[in-house]
Amino acid sequence: MKVDLIPITAGRRLLDEGRHTRAMRNIMAIMLFLTVLAAALGLAMFNARGALDRQLSGRLTVQILEPNFDKRDQQASAIVAKLDAMPGVARVAAVSQAELNRLLEPWLGGAAAQAELPMPALIDVDLATGDAAAVARVEQAARAIAPSAQVDRHSKWLGPVHDFLAMLSWVAVAVVLLMALATTAVVLLSARAGLDTHRQTISVLHMLGSTDVQIARLFQRRIAIDMLIGGALGTAAAMLAILFLGTQVATLGSELLNGLTLSHRGWAALAFLPVLFAVIGTLAARRAVLRALAGTL
Amino acid sequence: MANIVQFENVGLRYGTGTETLSDVSFALAAGAFYFLTGPSGAGKTSLLKLLYLAQRPSRGMIRIFGEDAVTLPRNRLPGFRRRIGVVFQDFRLLPHLSAYDNIALPLRIAGIAESEIEAPVREMLAWVGLVDHGKAKPPTLSGGEQQRIAIARAVITRPEILVADEPTGNVDPDMAERLLHLFDSLNRLGTTVVVATHDFHLLNRIPNARMMRLERGRLNGIDGATGFAETGGEAG
Repeated sequence: MKVDLIPITAGRRLLDEGRHTRAMRNIMAIMLFLTVLAAALGLAMFNARGALDRQLSGRLTVQILEPNFDKRDQQASAIVAKLDAMPGVARVAAVSQAELNRLLEPWLGGAAAQAELPMPALIDVDLATGDAAAVARVEQAARAIAPSAQVDRHSKWLGPVHDFLAMLSWVAVAVVLLMALATTAVVLLSARAGLDTHRQTISVLHMLGSTDVQIARLFQRRIAIDMLIGGALGTAAAMLAILFLGTQVATLGSELLNGLTLSHRGWAALAFLPVLFAVIGTLAARRAVLRALAGTL
Repeated sequence: MANIVQFENVGLRYGTGTETLSDVSFALAAGAFYFLTGPSGAGKTSLLKLLYLAQRPSRGMIRIFGEDAVTLPRNRLPGFRRRIGVVFQDFRLLPHLSAYDNIALPLRIAGIAESEIEAPVREMLAWVGLVDHGKAKPPTLSGGEQQRIAIARAVITRPEILVADEPTGNVDPDMAERLLHLFDSLNRLGTTVVVATHDFHLLNRIPNARMMRLERGRLNGIDGATGFAETGGEAG
């Protein structure tokens, strides 16, 4: 039995198309607009998490809690010199008193500049890698000079931010999956409505010797075209919205928000979404139509 | 002539109602011409539905092209249907397609290349006298013109069996005779033709046609139709 495709132009005409097609395209445009926004949010959060990891994983602050100011400064200088010579340390710098005063000013006001305030000495350290062994070596070297020295990993106190970004990524993934499910449901409803609308046409095609696969292809083709056109419009609109939001974020000058970017691969993934949804929709339509036709003679 | 269709004790019941067809037994010889007559409600359309495989019988045996059509798997039905041309009583043309595309439909379904479709479709349009109406949509055509498009669609694949349900019901007597002439031409090319009609004026037009009379769901034999008496039947 031959099941060749009815030629595309002739095949498309077999199902009388009208307002239904426009409605389907509009629905798909809206679905893909929302899906692409959610996916972009997820990808941006994923990238921000990666950027945060890269920025913070090797960043440490050494605190020297020594009430004797002279001794504290000597210890700080010695630690800076030692860490500077240590392999795996990319950068080491003591935080100046002026910088400390500036950091404390919002809480202490002018009192922050008083010399008698017992402030710890702070040393910023950037490691080439943020592995635990390297941190332990820094801690050991600092404590060898100043037993009161404490080493804070920046990644530790930004952990909740990291977790929040991870949660947002998963929320975005869930939203994309839900949108895919909703799209599939819309396609199934559309396919069933189409079967009902075109019952007479299908009956004639059957009587003329059409196979179920040939009839299913008519629906698949129509749904794929509607989804691709609607999806492309929705995706383009969403990408424009993302570009606009990106320019707004850039003007904020936030180090954290600057990590909210999309890579080339991210943009490509977003552009691929309407194709993916069209494939899912087409397969769903095929299955729905074949199942429905199996119940007829 | 070998039998192309065979019915044995066929019964058809819709739902839980009484039988529409009861104990119908007959055989159709390949290449013969048959008229199926009987009053309205006698079961002619139901019998034709069984013939063109739009319906399965409730009981009995049907063999078409030498195979059991009752237990024929669904996936083999399209292959059988492509060998049977059907002219429906209500035409069943696709209203959004042109006359040309309606006629071309069986060829496209059969997977014939687009380049090989135009010539036979043009030939069919000429055959049914509608060569200038190829682009017309069915709703813009008269009943007779639609009927001829439906006939062209049914015969374009040169089916082995042609089944026509009241094909002259919507046309004037001249056109009815012309359509019958088309069926006769096809029959001469070897197609087995079954025409359901209660237009007794047509029955004598095909001298070699055989008559199947159906009454209240039962077939009262098959006669050689030469010289069928117009007064002998009921035109329901």
